[in-house]
Order: sequence, then structure tokens, then C-alpha cells
Amino acid sequence: MNTTVVSLLSMGTMGGLFALGLAVASKKFAVESDPRVDEIEEVLPGANCGACGFAGCRAFAEGVASGKALVDGCPVGGASVAKLVAEIMGVESEGPQRKIAQVLCKGGLAEAKKRGEYTGPRDCRIAEATQGGDKACTFGCLGYGTCVAACPFDAMAMDENDLPVVFEDKCTGCGLCVAACPRDIIVLVNEEQGVHIRCRSQLMGRFIRPVCSVGCIACQRCVRVCPTGAIYMENNLAHIDYSKCTNCRKCVEVCPMNTIEWQEGKPLITKGAAS
Amino acid sequence: MNLFVILLSALLVNNFVLVRFLGICPFLGVSKQVESALGMGLATTFVMVVASAVTWLIQWFILEPFGLPFLQNMAFILVIASMVQLVEMFLHKTSPGLYQAMGIFLPLITTNCAILGLAIMAVQGAYSFIESVVFGLGGGLGFTLALILLAGIREELKFADIPKPLQGAGIAFIIAGLLSLAFSGFAGLVS
Repeated sequence: MNTTVVSLLSMGTMGGLFALGLAVASKKFAVESDPRVDEIEEVLPGANCGACGFAGCRAFAEGVASGKALVDGCPVGGASVAKLVAEIMGVESEGPQRKIAQVLCKGGLAEAKKRGEYTGPRDCRIAEATQGGDKACTFGCLGYGTCVAACPFDAMAMDENDLPVVFEDKCTGCGLCVAACPRDIIVLVNEEQGVHIRCRSQLMGRFIRPVCSVGCIACQRCVRVCPTGAIYMENNLAHIDYSKCTNCRKCVEVCPMNTIEWQEGKPLITKGAAS
Repeated sequence: MNLFVILLSALLVNNFVLVRFLGICPFLGVSKQVESALGMGLATTFVMVVASAVTWLIQWFILEPFGLPFLQNMAFILVIASMVQLVEMFLHKTSPGLYQAMGIFLPLITTNCAILGLAIMAVQGAYSFIESVVFGLGGGLGFTLALILLAGIREELKFADIPKPLQGAGIAFIIAGLLSLAFSGFAGLVS
């Protein structure tokens, strides 16, 4: 009994003294810092897991305050934390959108012509380096599955048409396939977006028609029909501005080459900024 | 006991990192640049010296007289944690660059086993107050020395052609091992 009391007293006194000393020191050595950093750290989960890519929640908070990190960069906190962080930073958060890899080429074996025979290693990067591979279209998918090999989540596979398909339920949006593709055909797009212009060819219409039956011929019908102005032309190719696209599918209906594709099951989006 | 012998023993012969293998974590973590290694070493040295003084007082004026030696670890960690906090605040204020460079390893001095080891060894060796402080100083300087040696070599390594499988931590471990081997040459310098 006596030992317990003495232990408690001695340790308590020591702890108290140290705490007092540290309290004084913290006042004396106080560093002026961005108050938002503390506020952001307050609303973060505080697990210091590092999933955001920063060395802990404090570093992430500093990153957000200095503009190096996005307000929705905390994957653990999800939408609720992103909202709070956005409030502190005084910006609108659209919530953390799950990103999905989209393959922007439909020219597989059936659609795209070959201009020769390639017998080298089945690797797109090597094919690309070997006179640009065997596809007649110099922008299209080479079909050797380097992206599939790069995917650590088994979220991609080559179909019988030699085109990569993404399994959306498995895709984590890590971007390894994007980096692996030598032709920049794969992009990361918010999950909710369902309309994709699946062509990267900058060839003029009369050059793309003979080599690919699904290539963008730059007819501009989609540009004219788009109610939100989300589609624009650049280098003989229709581009889609996903931040404006509402999944209305008008462009899908008018596209003569079926280059623009609608993924079933995606919702209609109402975008406040567009109106 | 001769103070110089204690200093030399803690610094070289029984170097905390390279001979006793304590405090390996910052040894490999903060040894990429000599400058941050020096900062880390000095911060640890400061904590070691202060901790060895304070823990000596606690051991012989609080724990022993009240019959509480079983609280040794807890009391010592309390001291060390407080000292680290102090150093952290001080560095954050005076040298933000160094503070950034040391990153997580600065608060981790708290759990650096070299410091707790030093405090406990000083008690086991029944050192006097002065001897304790000198022991802490030697230990800290030895830690700094080890860190700077490794950091210096690793700086040079950036220009070396290292086989791919050994790049990064691999080569650092090998060098640490060689350094340790070299330090075993000091064995027998003082008994």
C-alpha cells in the first residue's frame, strides 16, 4: 500500500514537473505556423497511415495548407473529411472521386489494319520503339498488353480483339497502366463519367478511314450536338472535357464512326458549374 | 574511475551503435547527409547528457531511497520523452531546416534504445554523477561519430556504381556492418 502511494506520488510529481517545464518551453519556443494546419490536422483521422503519400497526418495538413496536397487527398477520411478540410481551406470539395482507367482506343484486330508484321517481344514499349509497331494507326493501341502486365490488381485483361479491358470493380486508379502505355492511350477518369471518345488519333479523317473503322474522323458532329460544350476539337481529334460532360449521350448517338462510347450503368450527372 | 577512460569507452570501445547495436533506427534513417546526421547526433547527444544527469538524480534520490527501483524504466522514459520534446521545440524554433531534415526521427529519439540503454547502464555501472554525465557525453559523441561516418560514406556512394540489388538499404547495411567490424578493433583498448 505504502509503495503504491509513494510510486504514485513520486511519478506524479515528476510527470507534473516535466509537464510544467514543457508547457513553459512550448510558450517560449512557440513557432508561428499557419493556423489552418492545426485545424486540418484536427479533422483528419489521425492514424498517420501515410496512404495520402505524406509522412503522416501533420505533413498532409501542411501539404494542404501550402497547396501541395488536395483537400480530398485523404483516402481514409473519405468524403466527410474532405468536406471538412475543404471548409477550412475555403474551397468547394466535390468529394473524393474514384478514378478509373479508361482505354482510349477501340481499334483492335477487327477494326484497325496492320501495316506489316511484328515478330519482336510482345511488349508495347519494344514494339513502339521498333519503327512504331505493326499497327497502321500510329496513335492506336499496339495490343501487346504492357498495361495489363503493369496492373498489380488484376484489373485489366486483353480481350480476344487484342484490346485491354478494365474491370472497374477492381481498378484502383493507381495509374501504373497509364505510365506503362507508350502511346498514352490510357487515362484516369472519374468513376461517374460514362461517355468516352475512344480515339487518340490525330490523323485527318481521310487518313484514318482506310486504317481504322472506329477512329475519330474529326467530323465535329459531337461538338455541335453537345449541350454543355464539353467536346472540342484539337489536332483533328475530338476531346472531351470531363468536368463539363453530364453523360447525356447526345454525342454517342451522332458519332458516325462509333468512336464515342457510352458505358452502361453510369448515372446522369448534374454539374452545378456548367449552368 | 578515470573519467577519460569512461569517455573513451563510451565513444569508441563500446560505441553504442557500432558495438552495442543500440539506436540502429536513426543510424540508418538519418545518415544520408552529413549535415542532418550531425544535427541528429548533436540532438541525441544533448538528450543523452541531460538524460544521464537527470536519471542519475532520479535513480539515487527518488527511486532508491523510496524503494522504487522497479519504476526505473518508466521514470527514465519519462525523462527522455520530456527532453526530446524540449529539443524538438527548440529545433523547430531555431533551425526549421534541420527540423525538416530530421523529420520523424527527431520525435523518435524518445524511443531510441541507446538513450534508455545509456541511462540503465550508468546505473548498473554505479557511476557517480560526474561519471554519469561523462558517460552520457561519450555515448552521445560516439553516436554522432557513427552517424557522421556512415553519412559521409553514403554521400560518396551517390557517385559509386552500386550493383542494382544492393542499392539503397542493402549497401547501407553492408557498410554499417563493415564499420561495426572496424570498431571491433578498438576492443581491448580499455578494459
